[in-house]
Amino acid sequence: MKTAADDSRIHGDDSRTLGYEDLPRLMGLMTGDEKHGPAATSTLDVLWVLYDRVLRVTPERSQDPVRDRFLLSKGHGPMAYYAVLAAKGFVPVEWLPGFGAYDSPLGHHPDRVLVPGAEIGSGSLGHGLPIAVGTALGLRAQGLREPGVWVLIGDAELDEGSNHEAIAFAGPAGLDRLHTVVIDNSSAGHARPGGIAARFEAAGWSAVTVDGRDHEALYAAFTAPHPGRPHVVIARVEPKNG
Amino acid sequence: MDTMRDRFAPVVSRLLDEDPRVAVVLAEIGKDGFAEAMRRHPERVINVGIREQLLVGAAAGLALTGLRPIVHTFASFLVERPFEQVKLDFGHQNTGAVLVSAAASFDWPAGGYTHMAPGDVALLDTLDGWTVHVPGHPDEAETLLRRAVAAGDDKVYVRLSVQANRQGRAVDGERFLTVREGRSGVVVAVGPVLDAVLAATEGLDLTVLYATTVRPFDTAGLRRAVQGADTDVVLVEPYLTGTSTAAVSEALAEVPHRVLGLGVGRRELRRYGTVEEHVAAHGLDARSLRERIGGFVGAGRASVRA
Repeated sequence: MKTAADDSRIHGDDSRTLGYEDLPRLMGLMTGDEKHGPAATSTLDVLWVLYDRVLRVTPERSQDPVRDRFLLSKGHGPMAYYAVLAAKGFVPVEWLPGFGAYDSPLGHHPDRVLVPGAEIGSGSLGHGLPIAVGTALGLRAQGLREPGVWVLIGDAELDEGSNHEAIAFAGPAGLDRLHTVVIDNSSAGHARPGGIAARFEAAGWSAVTVDGRDHEALYAAFTAPHPGRPHVVIARVEPKNG
Repeated sequence: MDTMRDRFAPVVSRLLDEDPRVAVVLAEIGKDGFAEAMRRHPERVINVGIREQLLVGAAAGLALTGLRPIVHTFASFLVERPFEQVKLDFGHQNTGAVLVSAAASFDWPAGGYTHMAPGDVALLDTLDGWTVHVPGHPDEAETLLRRAVAAGDDKVYVRLSVQANRQGRAVDGERFLTVREGRSGVVVAVGPVLDAVLAATEGLDLTVLYATTVRPFDTAGLRRAVQGADTDVVLVEPYLTGTSTAAVSEALAEVPHRVLGLGVGRRELRRYGTVEEHVAAHGLDARSLRERIGGFVGAGRASVRA
């Protein structure tokens, strides 16, 4: 588990550790401060709890083979992601105002080649979970049992067939270092019969559904044991247009 | 003679033994050849089931952890069905893999158009940075497979076919080989069409270049060949007609030249039958090639004289 001492190292010469309370200001640098609707922040609490308390990765360890991997598959609306990466020292805060500009590394979809700490480039839906499956397989094949692989997708993104290929494979393959977080803001066009958790459970996953704004509930869900099985956390947030 | 595909699993199984970086990803097709390798390397021989998007995405994930994935299925399911995964999960992620296809343009004509992929190389041409090997013999396939796997994190496509030439040649994974020299023009024969091209051009005063690595295109080799010959160039490719004409035009941009692309037609035949029947239907048998090549080169000379 990460400690306060780790935090001071992460931020180098920045004597102040940026916290959750700084995220609105950081996002404001990108959005002009007026667009903090639920859609733009649906991932904020999940990302914060993961980076602050769960993921074993720091800017210094961004190339470490035994780091945890976080794959943002839901690559649209990445302001919360960039804000968290800035707060944790992966990208300079000074980059944020350039968001989307020609010479900025921070696009409206993230590019792993340009953004320090981004494990994948994303935006096209349905790529992150299959890549995460391969990442979990690759780590297992090299005897690296410690690193966790985390992928964040949206409930509408779950419609993509590629995700169902990955879900159906990962359960029987016993990829117990694989974790998926589904941000459920009820944006899928067709309701999923039986709910999202049922889909994963039918494929042999461990599944927990929680309030996606409740940090303690998220932390408990993220750290729940799931021996022999991949784990999904469905984080429910307010509907996109509600 | 064994086929290129017969050679694939034994060669790759040896590579799995030799190199801990190598991993194989399958989607059911071809798994029988890897039964023993799967027992020896259960974590590096992965069958994802009939899931081609996952096949490609998972391979990219393996590559991101430092492994060298070899991904295999029929060309139509490897390149065409998951094309956006090929484009983004390797190119955009800045990582690579070795894609090895089987079935080529029409290796199983009785199976019909669902199992044909004459457009695979043209499709990869829309992407940047892919190396494309088109072996014309099982020995060449083995050489090129080994080179592909050893090529760091490069993006490499190896196109295996049941069509093959009678003898293998000393291919190096880069350059075209000069098989015959002449002065009236240059014929570039790609992979398995070489025997037919040699028969078709017998007695004609033509240079024949043999290409088994078509991307990157051996621009220097083609330029050298046209220095000693007329600048009429005929491309004979075992996939979609004209796939490499742009590469020829680019190589000869500063030289007045004519180019004729021969290959598999775009129109769906809707015929079953045999490979030989499809070769003939697309005008790729020796007799048709002789007519089309002779007519083109002859017409070029006639227009110069006029």
